[in-house]
Amino acid sequence: MPIKEKYDVVVIGSGPGGLAAAIEAKKNGAEDVLIIERDVEPGGILLQCIHSGFGLEVFGKDMPGPAYAQHFISDALTAGIELLLDTMVIDITPGRRIFACGKHGGLIDIQARALVLSMGCRERTRAQIRLPGTRPAGVYTAGTAQRWVNVEGYMPGRNFVILGSGDIGMIMARRLTLEGAKVEQVLEVMPYLTGLTRNYVQCLMDFGIPLHLSHTVNRIIGNKRVEAIESIQVDERWQPVPGTAQVVPCDTLLLSVGLIPENELSRKAGVKIDPITAGPWVDDGFETNVPGIFAAGNVVHVYDLVDWVTEAGYAAGRSAAQFALREREKERRHIPMIAGLNVRYIVPQAIDKENLKEGDIRLQLRVTQPLEKLVWIEISDGENSITRKRAPYARPGEIITLTIPQRAYDQVAKAGQLRVDVTKR
Amino acid sequence: MDSYDVIIIGGGVVGCMTARTLSRYTLRVLLIDQEADIGMGASSANSAIVHAGYDPLPGTLKAKMNVAANPLWDALAGELNFPFERRGDYVVAVGPGELARLDKLLEQGKANGVPGMHTISADEMRHREPNITPDTSGALWAPTGGICDPFAVTIAAAENALQNGVTLKLDTAFTGFIIEGKKITGIHTSHGDFGCRWVVNAAGMYADEVMHQAGVRPEFQITARRGEYAILDRAEITISNVLFPVPSNISKGILVTATLHGNTLVGPNAENLPDKEEHSVSPGGMAELWEGAKRLIPSLQPRHTIAVFAGLRASGNAACATPGVDYGHDFVIEIPREVEGLVNLGGIESPGLTAAPAIALRVVELLKDAGEKLTEKHDFQPIRPARPIFRHLTHDEQASLIRRDSRYGRVVCRCELVTEGEIMAEIHGPIPATTYDAIKRRTWLGTGRCLGGFDMPRVVDILSRELKIPPETVTKKGPGSEFLIRSTKDVEVADAH
Repeated sequence: MPIKEKYDVVVIGSGPGGLAAAIEAKKNGAEDVLIIERDVEPGGILLQCIHSGFGLEVFGKDMPGPAYAQHFISDALTAGIELLLDTMVIDITPGRRIFACGKHGGLIDIQARALVLSMGCRERTRAQIRLPGTRPAGVYTAGTAQRWVNVEGYMPGRNFVILGSGDIGMIMARRLTLEGAKVEQVLEVMPYLTGLTRNYVQCLMDFGIPLHLSHTVNRIIGNKRVEAIESIQVDERWQPVPGTAQVVPCDTLLLSVGLIPENELSRKAGVKIDPITAGPWVDDGFETNVPGIFAAGNVVHVYDLVDWVTEAGYAAGRSAAQFALREREKERRHIPMIAGLNVRYIVPQAIDKENLKEGDIRLQLRVTQPLEKLVWIEISDGENSITRKRAPYARPGEIITLTIPQRAYDQVAKAGQLRVDVTKR
Repeated sequence: MDSYDVIIIGGGVVGCMTARTLSRYTLRVLLIDQEADIGMGASSANSAIVHAGYDPLPGTLKAKMNVAANPLWDALAGELNFPFERRGDYVVAVGPGELARLDKLLEQGKANGVPGMHTISADEMRHREPNITPDTSGALWAPTGGICDPFAVTIAAAENALQNGVTLKLDTAFTGFIIEGKKITGIHTSHGDFGCRWVVNAAGMYADEVMHQAGVRPEFQITARRGEYAILDRAEITISNVLFPVPSNISKGILVTATLHGNTLVGPNAENLPDKEEHSVSPGGMAELWEGAKRLIPSLQPRHTIAVFAGLRASGNAACATPGVDYGHDFVIEIPREVEGLVNLGGIESPGLTAAPAIALRVVELLKDAGEKLTEKHDFQPIRPARPIFRHLTHDEQASLIRRDSRYGRVVCRCELVTEGEIMAEIHGPIPATTYDAIKRRTWLGTGRCLGGFDMPRVVDILSRELKIPPETVTKKGPGSEFLIRSTKDVEVADAH
């Protein structure tokens, strides 16, 4: 099908956020919907996530990543959504003009009535954690290794050390072990696990892979290929503890040290980036500061579960269709969300109180410090409580979801800002 | 045994520039390098600055070569088609105590013959670089300073040398001289013997060992002096000037500089190491770097780092030959008396990159002085054709390039926007890029904020396809640096021992 010059909604990226946004935009009346995907197949990173753990919230069943993606790919194709593969968006403007290029279609110039950013995230690298030592082959991010093993069918090493207890790292520890490699140990600089507890149990404990908390890599050894790493214990200020360095022979160091939303394109369009989430500032309709540009999924902030990415994609797609069809009002009356005690960030960063008339508004947040006792999560207008909920604990590695109930409309309408605090009960 | 007029040992910027300069003449020239690619030593890890020439002590070869070479760069960039910008540079004084040093540097610059230098006030400095420390007390401005991509310079010079008939052999290590009487008649290498009348020793870190093999300058020693660097994300901060601190006695200090790729570069420190192959980055070095950088630009943040690397300076211990100049780390550029047929280029540390074009011309003079009759080729081709760089083109130019060759439409490196077309052009280029790092240095792929996480599997795949080798044998930087171990379908049987 030839690519048109104009679309109601253009979605950048065909991962779970982009697929959901496109499907929901179409469902809400957008006629021409196009997804642009840089890889040769749709599905995004889900295609290399062949482990299970996807779909429990959206479908009520446990699925591997490619199966979860296929469900949405099929729905998108059935709905008549156009899919432009093997094509990289290289530029977007605040006026939603999109430049993309591909081997088959050449340089394409498209105008979108509404644009959804769903480029996902990328992995932090050794440079961002300023890992000292040499620069040999054999230092890979966990996701790159995952692509090699699961998509390309190659083993990137025999003996691994994994730095970081993020989910991808732990999942790769199990995967590599099943493929015949030896995972010597997993090191985590923080005094606590940064990924999900279930992955610790299923991927490390079940395979007898040791996890060393408050430990990091002191240096990488080997000029051509990794020969060993030196591990070291750190104190509460992440400073190395003298006398604790140990050389661990290995041929590969995998890094699972965090994900960063990928917003190079967003910046080109003038989208405001929240320095804490590293994703676009969004309101409760997932609209950015640039009218008509929406953002969905890990491009906004890094989610724990793909199911939540899908839900965010639905919300962004709905708003994008409304904007394209001029049903969404241009003027917003935003009430900012303030990260209070022990809250690192809240998404969305602002809400339009009028949307409370339609239903509850959902917030997601991360805490700064772990609280292993019962906690209160409370929304207030700064002085008076609006709503609060209890939780058994609050950990930085796990997103907390809460809602502003519709019934709070009157109180919210009067507030100049809303604030969330997470405190011990 | 193949025979040449001149064999150049070492394909760094000095060796390649010398090869290109000698290729003007009717000489049979062989250039060898022990690595899988040219420019893998100091030429690929330095500050990328073309120095004005006020820093070296007057009377030294460093000063002479620097000031002689600086004006050559514009024409060279035009002929060889590499990017070069004469942005000028600043030496920034911090606090009142450093102002006197600026005057001394200015005097030194004038003595060396550096044109156009003058001091500027603190206010003027703040105006020209808004990010500068509020504690600046003034600066020295040298308009002839410039920035380049040192690897692009090295490869462009080597490619032009090859265009003009020079032979290049990579993975070829020098192992000894063939000497008859007092005369060098050839060399032994890891790939056999080659005859020659002249050897140019441009072996960088190993130039001392090469000359010792000929019994020359047994007291000359090269020490690896490590300089560590950090590259910052251009999306976070961009410094568009070249900013030096007031220099100490041993180094120019930790500078903050613009690069041609738009990222800010911070470094280097200076530390002598016992090992000539120690390319690691140290925690202490990084701390030193940030202390130095923040002294000039307080708003720089370590978390904006996208890459760190270390380069080794080939620091020699040759005394300056000019009477009355007390300096113990000068360049060695000579035809030694002990043997016949050797040109030594030793201890070429900073400003070696800047000086390389002048050093190459000096080699020609030395050969002429030694009685070599050099005849210029009538068909010398000075222009090295450029290859398209997708990210530098306008959208219209990109569109027409993709129409001409669709492979330029597939972006392989997302951060730096490097396309499959560019990668193919380098794999099948004049000096074929056969490793990941060789492609990286030529295209700047994998240098962005994801550090190759996205492109690496794709590039391994392309290299495997184009070189017709299994993916497990594709390397990062030559044998021993393979990315992959085996296919997941293969089973490795544990060794019986």
